[in-house]
Amino acid sequence: MSQRPRLAVWKFASCDGCQLSLLDCEDELLTLAGAIEIANFPEASSAVADGPYDLSLVEGSITTPHDAERILEVRAQSKYLVTIGACATSGGIQALRNFADVKDFVAAVYASPEYIDTLDTSTPISGHVAVDYELHGCPINKAQLLEVISAFLAGRKPAVPAHSVCIECKQRGNVCVMVQGKPCLGPVTHAGCGAICPAYRRGCYGCFGPMETPNMAALSREWRALGAQPRDIKRALRTFNTWSEPFRRESEAHAD
Amino acid sequence: MGGNWKSATIKPEGLHSLIGKLRDEAYRVVGPTMRDDAIVYDDIAGLDDLPKGWTDDQEAGRYALARRSDDAYFGYNVGPHSWKQFLFPPVETMWHAQRDEDGAMTCSAPSRPKEKFAFVGVRACEIHAIAIQDRVFREGPFADNAYASRRQDAFIIAVNCGQAGATCFCSSMGTGPRADGGFDLALTELLEGGDHRFLVEIGSEAGAAIMEAVPHAPASSEQVEAAAAIVEETANRMGRSLETDGLKELLQGNLDHPRWNDVADRCLTCGNCTMVCPTCFCTTVEDHSDLENRTAERVRKWDSCFTLDFSYIHGGSVRTTTHSRYRQWMTHKLANWIDQFGTSGCVGCGRCITWCPTGIDLTEEAAAIRAAPSKADAQ
Ligand code: SF4
Ligand code: SF4
Ligand code: SF4
Ligand code: SF4
Repeated sequence: MSQRPRLAVWKFASCDGCQLSLLDCEDELLTLAGAIEIANFPEASSAVADGPYDLSLVEGSITTPHDAERILEVRAQSKYLVTIGACATSGGIQALRNFADVKDFVAAVYASPEYIDTLDTSTPISGHVAVDYELHGCPINKAQLLEVISAFLAGRKPAVPAHSVCIECKQRGNVCVMVQGKPCLGPVTHAGCGAICPAYRRGCYGCFGPMETPNMAALSREWRALGAQPRDIKRALRTFNTWSEPFRRESEAHAD
Repeated sequence: MGGNWKSATIKPEGLHSLIGKLRDEAYRVVGPTMRDDAIVYDDIAGLDDLPKGWTDDQEAGRYALARRSDDAYFGYNVGPHSWKQFLFPPVETMWHAQRDEDGAMTCSAPSRPKEKFAFVGVRACEIHAIAIQDRVFREGPFADNAYASRRQDAFIIAVNCGQAGATCFCSSMGTGPRADGGFDLALTELLEGGDHRFLVEIGSEAGAAIMEAVPHAPASSEQVEAAAAIVEETANRMGRSLETDGLKELLQGNLDHPRWNDVADRCLTCGNCTMVCPTCFCTTVEDHSDLENRTAERVRKWDSCFTLDFSYIHGGSVRTTTHSRYRQWMTHKLANWIDQFGTSGCVGCGRCITWCPTGIDLTEEAAAIRAAPSKADAQ
């Protein structure tokens, strides 16, 4: 291939887990490096080439004034911008700060709070720049990441369904833990993990964020019927995707 | 065929040897077994794998195992799985394509291991469900060869129900609880008087042939009558019922009924009802290509009318609201199916009621519409 498309991978406020999913594609890494020029991926190589880039994968949320500037620059250098993971797509677990006063956290955690320059909120990339595609998950599923990159290279639409986890759960042949009495977030959660937790007899934790048409109120009523208290519902929704609109609003509807 | 059935009885050990014979004949024997606090369908090797002495307590949105007071092997109703898992697998590769060095493309069918299934414990409602999927997959102008070949080879051991579950309504649908055909062998479990036996009806030549090799005794007229009484008792004890008289016209005439909004308030659009329904046959296809654009494949997966993609056509999804999706599911199942295939799409197995996380019950929804048909649509 004469001119390979150029790839960049960017990190904002995040744990690096989603970037690791890319490095975790051991069997495909060499092929990937053949199909696309990995121009900027500090986690993998210190050789960083300047933009512009054809495809930027963005991990992490925006939590500092510096990052709020930096994402504009990333967008300007990127033909296509794809967010990877819950942080970049919905603000991540660190968006819990959005429900409290960040100054209190800073004062409690750091010996010299005056050195900390942070925003009041943790927000998704789409709150700052236009995003071409969002890949859900905490962390993302590496097969889905390869699917998105392959689709990009072929100029086709990625096959990444936005329906509930339940459909994957049934395709896998699991027995529904919710009908057996255990509260599960699967019916309101975006597919992508392959229904791992129900396969191990746990309720879904909502790692992939809201599915396409989540009926949060109906799910909460059913959780209550199964014995969950309002605070259980609130806590279940205050995790990796808490700042996504449906999860945030529903969590606010339940007392501590 | 009914008049030609010979009846015999076998003891539980006879059933064990029947399973063994089927395995000897290279069948993959699948039947009820306990896993994940449920009675599921999976590979079985003999009597020890069956849920002896267990039953299932079912209600709308609820399922739990419970001990029986006897040692019945088939003393439960239908569970989370159905036979469609095997005849019509949830994920199936349709074809592969490969591009060689000079750009020429070749397509190939995936190699599928030849599998002959023997199903043990198929209920009457499930036999009707299989017949419905047969109509879709192998009797239309475009037969699905993979389905047809699995179906062709399948050996079916039916079980007449000795009890009905709380969500069962086969009596309403005319699909049970007695298997009236479509099987190789049909069993009725007899437990009276400590003499644990199965009355066996033979439904095919293959069934008759395998019975030759299984120790059996002729059935007495008392045993035949006892079996008939058991099934009749079951028929009278359905947990649910559905009035089917004029149901098609009722639903087709009430497309704007306020009840659709009421159910939309409870429906999660999760798709569980369609996944567990033994007659639902909709699929989507996913096309995948690799990083080098050298190989591609098309994968078929179970789909559901509850997803947005399901009704996506150029420009967007046709059914964006929950009420339109629930209405699509229920009117297709209970009404439009009749126009399309000549029978109802529902066999009354109750799975969609039990396995709906919020316990939405189509018999209740239909009854609510019947109780107050909307004025606007009525004519
Ligand atoms: S276990 Fe959870 S994800 Fe699986 S079908 Fe039940 S509700 Fe859905
Ligand atoms: S619906 Fe009828 S045939 Fe099916 S399990 Fe229930 S009683 Fe048996
Ligand atoms: S619609 Fe429900 S009751 Fe009828 S066949 Fe399907 S799962 Fe069974
Ligand atoms: S009717 Fe029940 S199972 Fe079906 S999509 Fe709605 S909530 Fe899910």
